Amino acid sequence: MNVNLKIWRQAGPDAPGKLVDYRVEDIDPSQSFLEMLDKLNETLVKKGQEPVAFESDCREGICGNCGLVINGIAHGSKGGCTTCEIRMRQYNDGDTITVEPFRAKAFPLIKDLVVNRSAFDRIMSKGGYVAVNAGSAQDANLQPIHKDKAEAAMDAAACIGCGACVAACPNASASLFVGAKISQFTWLPQGQVERGSRALKMVKQMDHEGFGDCSNHAECEAVCPKEISIANISRMRREFTKALFARS
Amino acid sequence: MINLKDPGISSVFKKLLTGFTGLSLVGFLIAHLIGNLTLFAGPDVFNAYARFLHHFMHGMFIRVAEVGLLAFFVLHIWSALSVQYSKRKARPSQYEVNTYAGGPSKRSFHSMYMAISGLILLVFIIVHLIHFKYADHDAVGTMKLENGIEAVNVYKLVVSSFQGNFGYVLFYMLAMGVLCSHLMHGIWSAIQSVGLTRPSTIPFLHTAGMALAIALAVGFFLLPLLIFMMRGTFDPEAVPDYSSGHAALTSLTSFFPAA
Ligand code: HEM
Ligand code: SF4
Ligand code: FES
Repeated sequence: MNVNLKIWRQAGPDAPGKLVDYRVEDIDPSQSFLEMLDKLNETLVKKGQEPVAFESDCREGICGNCGLVINGIAHGSKGGCTTCEIRMRQYNDGDTITVEPFRAKAFPLIKDLVVNRSAFDRIMSKGGYVAVNAGSAQDANLQPIHKDKAEAAMDAAACIGCGACVAACPNASASLFVGAKISQFTWLPQGQVERGSRALKMVKQMDHEGFGDCSNHAECEAVCPKEISIANISRMRREFTKALFARS
Repeated sequence: MINLKDPGISSVFKKLLTGFTGLSLVGFLIAHLIGNLTLFAGPDVFNAYARFLHHFMHGMFIRVAEVGLLAFFVLHIWSALSVQYSKRKARPSQYEVNTYAGGPSKRSFHSMYMAISGLILLVFIIVHLIHFKYADHDAVGTMKLENGIEAVNVYKLVVSSFQGNFGYVLFYMLAMGVLCSHLMHGIWSAIQSVGLTRPSTIPFLHTAGMALAIALAVGFFLLPLLIFMMRGTFDPEAVPDYSSGHAALTSLTSFFPAA
């Protein structure tokens, strides 16, 4: 199959960017979207042109590196998967596909489709961990945790920090990411010690990074590759409120 | 403590505020609608209701309610518009192509234009208050109550306003359409904003919020429309009759201060 691409090209953070037309031919429908971009880059290199910069690592939906906005939807229209998990069979021969980077002030663009998501790391450094000694592997079984709580914590912990929630949010808010990272510990005994300060500090860092506020559009949940529920945002607000009252 | 200038405190705090004030305003609307529906019971009951509001707890109730409402409005508008402001700053370069993702997304025309529907509501509320609250009561005329005091004939004010001018009815119809739009997203969103949702309740609250938005808008709009269409039933010159000793009325009018 063949597809036409419109890809955002931008030489550097401050350079002007624009959509550039490309055509990729003889694609195997079982190839992944990123393999299709690899193929494009091979031809560009052969022609002596600058290849399209895009990010990827695991290519199996676990590292969260590969986010692209495809035809206006972060991680494409399939839902519940990362960009690297998209297969070309989802498209029709001759389709025109627009590919853009994640756009947010807090995710400054580095080149073409690559953005700097280290704002997430700085948020994590404010409390996305437990400082208490959680023991080693066998200790996990010594503290019984109710199945429902373990499941809820696991659902929130599934966040891979890809940033699609920010990219999709009309306000460029990081609420789903931060909501998931705060919520995941609330069901677990290890998370109780820093529970209040975690909520306050991570929210504070989120705002400091320049993400927008949330308007509850829930567009984030729709694009999240791990289908994390916006109920985690609601939970973040409860945690925040409790911490605020406990502190003052 | 809470420092509104501190950006670290304000984003979630502002959401709590938008949601809490928004929900309170919805609560006010529900009470306001129930009160308005007494108009269907005729001039006696409606005027008694208006008098009741103004004299309940020696007039303290209405004064506290008015100041409270004004404060909630100001807080709501401030926090809601600052959410919108943050959004403009947070994405300096826009997408060339931007599509709704569908699925669990609650993004809609209503959710995207909250600031515009809100600001239109603000204009409506100002016009509405000027017309009814700060109306020239002498021009409307007063009525004599059975205990001898003169009172404003609010029934006449309302009925004659809507019967006089179809443009006015139309203005209310449009405003209620905008209210509906604001609340289609607003009610569920406010519950989410104050953190009262769970995974299992979100779909229900979203649907129920839209149903309540439609019910409120239709309820408020029905009154001007019916008053305009049913001239026979709603007579601006109808004189309230407090002589019948109607039980509900007697208890309401008992709040009237002695002349
Ligand atoms: C008078 C002018 C008004 C303005 C300018 C205004 C503005 C707004 C804006 C911009 C939002 C969206 C906030 C966001 O992006 O998250 C909002 C939300 C909301 N508004 Fe209003 N509004 C007004 C009046 C009202 C009235 C009269 C009511 C209720 C009867 C109301 C109820 C709500 C509710 C329930 C929400 C959702 C709150 C949330 O998501 O946390 N608003 N308003
Ligand atoms: S919440 Fe979902 S969309 Fe957001 S960073 Fe985590 S995995 Fe990605
Ligand atoms: S490359 Fe790791 S999630 Fe896509």
